[in-house]
Amino acid sequence: MATRRQIQQANGVAEILQGSFMKSVIQKSSALSLVLAASFLGTGSVQAEGVLFWSKQANPPEEQQAMRENVLSGFEGEVDFQGSEPGPWLTRLQAEIKAGSGKIAVLGGLHGDFTTMGDDLVDLSSVDLGDSEMNGTFMELGKLGGGELKYMPWMQATYVMAANKKALEHLPEGADVMALSYDELIAWSKALAEKTGSPKFGFPAGPKGLKHRFFQGYLYPSYTNSMVTKFRSAEAETAWNAFKDLWTVTNPGSTGYDNMSEPLLSEEVWVAFDHTARLANAFNERPEDFIAFPAAAGPAGRGFMPVIAGIAIPSTAPDMDAAKALVAYLTNPATQIETLKATSFFPVVDVELPDDMPPAVKLSGAAIAAMSGSDDANPGLLPVGLGKLGGQFNAVYVDAFERIVLGGEDVKAVLDEQAEALKAVMEEAGAPCWAPDPASDGPCPVE
Amino acid sequence: MNPRTLPYLLLLPATFFLVAFFLYPFFLVAWQAFATDEGVLTSKYFVKMYKHWKFDKALTNTFLLVLAVVPVQLALSLLMATMVSKMQKGRDMILYIWTIPLGISDLAAGLIWLAIFEQTGFLNSFLFNIGAIDSQITFLGYQNKTVIFLAVMIAEVWRATAIMLVILVAGIGLIPKEYYEAAEVFGASRWKQFTRVTLPLLKPSLQTALILRVILAFEVFAVVVALGGTNLPILMGEIYKWQFELQDSHVAAAYALVILAISIAFTLFFMWLLRTPREAQL
Repeated sequence: MATRRQIQQANGVAEILQGSFMKSVIQKSSALSLVLAASFLGTGSVQAEGVLFWSKQANPPEEQQAMRENVLSGFEGEVDFQGSEPGPWLTRLQAEIKAGSGKIAVLGGLHGDFTTMGDDLVDLSSVDLGDSEMNGTFMELGKLGGGELKYMPWMQATYVMAANKKALEHLPEGADVMALSYDELIAWSKALAEKTGSPKFGFPAGPKGLKHRFFQGYLYPSYTNSMVTKFRSAEAETAWNAFKDLWTVTNPGSTGYDNMSEPLLSEEVWVAFDHTARLANAFNERPEDFIAFPAAAGPAGRGFMPVIAGIAIPSTAPDMDAAKALVAYLTNPATQIETLKATSFFPVVDVELPDDMPPAVKLSGAAIAAMSGSDDANPGLLPVGLGKLGGQFNAVYVDAFERIVLGGEDVKAVLDEQAEALKAVMEEAGAPCWAPDPASDGPCPVE
Repeated sequence: MNPRTLPYLLLLPATFFLVAFFLYPFFLVAWQAFATDEGVLTSKYFVKMYKHWKFDKALTNTFLLVLAVVPVQLALSLLMATMVSKMQKGRDMILYIWTIPLGISDLAAGLIWLAIFEQTGFLNSFLFNIGAIDSQITFLGYQNKTVIFLAVMIAEVWRATAIMLVILVAGIGLIPKEYYEAAEVFGASRWKQFTRVTLPLLKPSLQTALILRVILAFEVFAVVVALGGTNLPILMGEIYKWQFELQDSHVAAAYALVILAISIAFTLFFMWLLRTPREAQL
């Protein structure tokens, strides 16, 4: 700690060097450092922050705010909700598990995030759900194939299409917007480009856009009835060529779109594909101007990807009872409705939706029902069992897109090369197939 | 206190800091690039990096960017430094203004230029308002890689020329006036004075400025991410992608070592190219 003499000495030097201005700065800064040192020593412990809810979901700032203010404010204890990017989310969790102790009490993530960390998650079977009726299929998924409930289903969502009502008059003859085929979608987009003078189809191909989910859960299942196994099949070639065709009438700004709400609202784009949560802004701001409708169908059916988010408790959670109480709180019907309003993710328990739901919920809800209830519905699950390799799995599809569609490389050659990368990922992860690929013994094969 | 040991004592904290936060992590990264999680030595991460379709592109783009940016910055900073040192009045003011970009983080600089080049950005609005275009142009789309490259170049030149300028201004200040007076007596022109007096005597400063700038240029990241997204792959961007998106820190570490090797190579190159013999030092 600086003594009075030292300060005087420093002042003397300063006076010689810089004159009185510098002197007063040094005086102030030495005084400041004393204050800082004192306050640092004075506070031995950090203030209690409540239960740490470490979530990959509801990460956009406005959703985080809604989570804190509307969803979690009703919990009896203090909750510290922290949204995070996927990378840091996993890194911190792994660090805490490796260290054997941590601050994270409750985890929020997708089904696929939890599949490889079963051993580090606490069994949630004992959580008292009260009178909430949890969706049975989702509960079964939460067991990750074992006996213990590793994560509690939290909310669900999927991807749909959205269109400005002005686009509807250009629909190809005989096409039903609630049951489009990819050929009709392409014809529609071509008509729009021709009639309006600029491409009006929009696709979230920005750096943070969810383009890979479109290829995995929509394009591939619709054309090949597969996500992994038939990656380089002739059907897959057809699919990519169809998408290339669609791309010729896609707004070139698409490579910058992370979510489609903004371009829909600015009317740069009239027809778009995106996650329901990422379309919500457009639907809520101008519900009269937009419609939501199911994704298109290909030769192998109407591929779509249901997304299930869950909550789990890591074995390193500091206060198990508080964490379980928060899990129970999040699954009660009233909280689930608040969560739906905050994140546009739909409830996983039986709820009676009130009439005052935001327009986005009503619009997307109808489209989801039409999509999952259609005769040709062909659901493709989010990747399962990839753990850390999830990013590399997605990169296989994104790279294929960048090379085939943006780079104009030969479809067959790229698929052959990317198939090798996909094979390496599946083998390293040892992940068996998931729907729509038929179950496999050992790693899911790439033909 | 013994005056002989005092300097070493004073160096201790800095040494500790370097060892703990630079050397130790460096060895961890190097280890990660060559060894699996189980500790088996392997070259597979380098093979994986090398075989990835974006490696060539990232390497080429990074080199092209350095080759395009650094010479321009060198010429500009030399010009600006000579201008500043010839000024009688307002020298400090000009210097402060020119170094403002130094105080701006590279991501912020990238965002500033993004606001200019975006589809709804200033440049588009300006061109539209003066009637030069009928509808907005997507300058930074994937179809216009050259435009993205040029935009990154402009942003980098704007942002990072000042660091060279500051070093060169200090270097020019060190050159004794007598040399110029002598040159004048012999009737040397301004240009001759610049090439025969300023440049040779500025070698040590040029060396520092170039080494610093080239190393930083190979680490260019935020500006490219802001302006080009994934359309312009560069080495640093690939490190980030492998570490956080693809969750493979081994391959990320391999990339980091590639950048390190390039940096060391260029440092040695400039040390050799701009070496000043001991007897010629000022």
